[in-house]
Parts: sequence; structure tokens; C-alpha cells
Amino acid sequence: MEKVDIGKRILRENEKYAFENIMFLAERKKLCLNMISSPGSGKTTILTRTIDELKGKLRIGVIEGDIQTDLDAERIRATEAPVVQINTEGACHLSAPQISAALKRLPVEDLDLIFIENVGNLVCPSAFELGESGKIVVLSVAEGDDKPAKYPAIFAKSKVLLINKIDLLDGGHVDFDIERAKADARRLNKAIEILPISAKTGEGMGNWYDRLEKWVKNSRL
Amino acid sequence: MHEMMVAQSLMAIISNEAAKHDAKPVVARISCGMLNSINDEALCFAFEAIAKDTLYEDLKFQIEHKPIRARCETCKVEFEIELSRPECPCGSEKFELLADAPLILEEIDFQTD
Repeated sequence: MEKVDIGKRILRENEKYAFENIMFLAERKKLCLNMISSPGSGKTTILTRTIDELKGKLRIGVIEGDIQTDLDAERIRATEAPVVQINTEGACHLSAPQISAALKRLPVEDLDLIFIENVGNLVCPSAFELGESGKIVVLSVAEGDDKPAKYPAIFAKSKVLLINKIDLLDGGHVDFDIERAKADARRLNKAIEILPISAKTGEGMGNWYDRLEKWVKNSRL
Repeated sequence: MHEMMVAQSLMAIISNEAAKHDAKPVVARISCGMLNSINDEALCFAFEAIAKDTLYEDLKFQIEHKPIRARCETCKVEFEIELSRPECPCGSEKFELLADAPLILEEIDFQTD
């Protein structure tokens, strides 16, 4: 038996593309945010409302990741924002080469902000860098307040946590201790910014828009 | 099951190394940090599926999970952190997570005649 030292990063191919994406975006001073959550947390609704309400202020484009269909891209298209759909055909996450190809199909020069809506999954997308400026994790109150404790990786890596569907908290439709979710997320990531929102009623969305506008402004410096 | 893409990337590196050394790889040693969320069974299963009927189908993996470390802001000590119970041995919950180890193919054992 001959032992050979290899010492190679296994995901180096993905990392190479992620680095190229970082450079591509940095040269153009564009902000790119990778949105990650379980299926059904409301990512697409957050995006359509954000695009509609920031019209005239921020020019937003979207890269949609889904295993199958272009149903989400259709919803984005209805807002008139440019959108590219990626179908992963079974893969549970997006990877950097897919983003590299999608960026070439978006009118990047005419945009301020590009959202990547990752495949609905709280585990796998967190392991693949795409070259984004930051990760946004979305947790809806119907999923339970124990998710930061159960799925620590994505909460440890995200810059912003959006706690969505807070309209369900009124009337006791769900048992969700928002303070517990916040405390668990902050234990893993003390820099994480936590914004409770309802993309349905619009509650809290103003804070999210302020954050985005500030972020876009900083990325232009 | 992001282990499938990890397995594909592994196959690319391992087959390249096997060609370079002109020998059959028998054991591959991997290390990874906790935030890579690698499940050993899922990775081996994914690799077996890809490697079926190839030179690599009997390849065994040894996977080392490196603990994630944190620096306590109260007692200033560095410690290995349990993500299921995130606190310093001193009891403090104020700490900073340090960089997680990347996924690395450390070593391959090749068969020799």
C-alpha cells in the first residue's frame, strides 16, 4: 500500500466559479444576496412584494432555483423584473457554475441588486458558496421556533434572518416563541440581523427595505 | 443530499490522481468541518452509486469531522463547541464562532503489487 498526500479542497471547482462570480459582481459594484429557507417559507412572496414596493428605488433581478418547473419565475416575471430560472433536475441546492451562467443571462449592468432564490432546503444550500455578497435565511413562524437550534449551519452563516409570516402569531394560530428563535440564532451568530416580517400584510417590510437600500449603497462605494 | 455533488467532485479528483499514479486507490481520507453538514452514510452511498462498475467501486472512505471552535468573550478561552449546546465550558453564551474547516481530500492509499 502506498500512502499519497493529496491535500486538495474537494469543492475547489465550485469555489473557483464562486470566486469568479465574486469578481464579476465586485467589478460592477453589484449586490447579490443568496436567499435560503425551507420550502414554503415565503421566499417568492417576499421577493415579489420587495420588487413591487421598491420600484423606482432599486432595480432588482432574480435568479430562481427550483428542482422542477418555472412557477416561481412566472411570479417574478409578473412584477416585470428580469429573471432567470435554473432547474436543478433533482439537486437540492444551486452551485456556483449555475450562477455564473445565469449572471450572463441577466442584464446585470442595469440592476442594483440580484437575488438568488435557492432551492427550498435548510441544509444543502448552506454548504455551497455561490459568490454572493451575503446569505439571507428565511424562517416562517409555521415551521417552529426550534429551527435555528436544529439547523445551525445556515443560521451561523447568514447575515440576515427574516422571520416571515408573523401575521400568524396574532390569534395564536401557531406556537412560535419568537424570542427563543432570536436567542438561538444569536447564540450561533451574534452579528446576524433579525427582521420579523409579514410579506402578506407588509408588517415589518419597511425595515427590510431600509436594510436593502443601505446595503446597495455600501456596495457601490 | 448535497453529498451527491461532493461525491462527483471527489470522483474527479480521485480519478485524476489514480491516472497520475497509475494505481488503484483503496482508501481515501477526507476531513471536513461541522458546517459542511456531511453525512458519512449519504456520502458513501452517493459515491458507490457513481463508482459502480468502475476501478473505484471498492474504494473505502475514512471521514474525519473536525469540531468547530469558538472564542469565549467572557473568559477569552478558545474551545470546541457543540452546536446542539452552544456555550463555553465556563457557562458563557457570549462567544464568536471561528472559521469552519473546509472539505479536504487529505490522503489516498493506493494498491501496490
